[in-house]
Amino acid sequence: MTASQIIFYAISAFILGAGLLSVTSTKIFRAAIWLLFSLVGIAGLYFWMQVEFVAAVQIVVYVGGIVVLIIFSIFLTQESGKKMPKPSARKTVFSVLSALFGFGFTYNLISKYGFPIGNTKPFTVAVSDIGTQMLSTTNYGYILPFEVVSMLLLASMIGCIVIAMKTPEQKPGEPKQIKVTNNEDAPAPTVVVIPSVPEPLIIAEV
Amino acid sequence: MNEVPLTHILFVSTALFFIGMYGLFTRKNLITMLMSIELLLNSVNINFVAFNKYLFPDKLDGVFFTIFIITIAAAEAAVAIAIIINLYRSHKSIDVEDATELKF
Repeated sequence: MTASQIIFYAISAFILGAGLLSVTSTKIFRAAIWLLFSLVGIAGLYFWMQVEFVAAVQIVVYVGGIVVLIIFSIFLTQESGKKMPKPSARKTVFSVLSALFGFGFTYNLISKYGFPIGNTKPFTVAVSDIGTQMLSTTNYGYILPFEVVSMLLLASMIGCIVIAMKTPEQKPGEPKQIKVTNNEDAPAPTVVVIPSVPEPLIIAEV
Repeated sequence: MNEVPLTHILFVSTALFFIGMYGLFTRKNLITMLMSIELLLNSVNINFVAFNKYLFPDKLDGVFFTIFIITIAAAEAAVAIAIIINLYRSHKSIDVEDATELKF
């Protein structure tokens, strides 16, 4: 066993262990931290596969963005130390059975397929190649998906703001309109009332 | 370099996919379900990069798909968390069993 193999199996065990703890932990904050470890392990797997750019993007977007967002929303919506109720035994059993069945079925297909092995070309991903092909308009260029996905990102960010924005609540909205109309009428009575009644009396009434 | 066969990498990504699926089945809290979905997307990304590296080392398509999936996952997580916060504001709970008003 060479060092490369040992590193791969160690990273894989780390990813799977952290992922398993992330879906079974009963404390939601710990689940988020285990998810963080699993994502860092996947970035390590990308480094092992020598796609450094994807690994860097993985760390920046997932670890630096999505997990932080998830932790923020955990703090906004619930007490993080509280234990979540465990799923019922029946649900757990059937979920485990279906996951195991799916895994066995899929891995059976994969192992029987017989992928070609002889490919030993070095796989080098230069960032300049990625950038050139991403923005090229020739064949096999990715300029159209790039533009589409950037518009999608913009639209979804605006959509997020619209969804999460605190709208003026509807029930107080109607009285507000009435209040506005009252205010237009109000100055006349108040102007009339204030000079007619001495101020200490108003305070006493209030 | 290719000392580890492709099927071992596919083993890892398949196992991660079904771990995420187990989480999606058993969890009731919306945030933890979102976390399971992130695991699913990541296992797919591993697959894309591994196939690109082992089967088509002179092309970059798998890397592009991975980058686009990461972008869309970021957008999806942001929208999902906006919806979760809005749901929490109106229902005081983010349990999927409590959000039954659209149930027919």
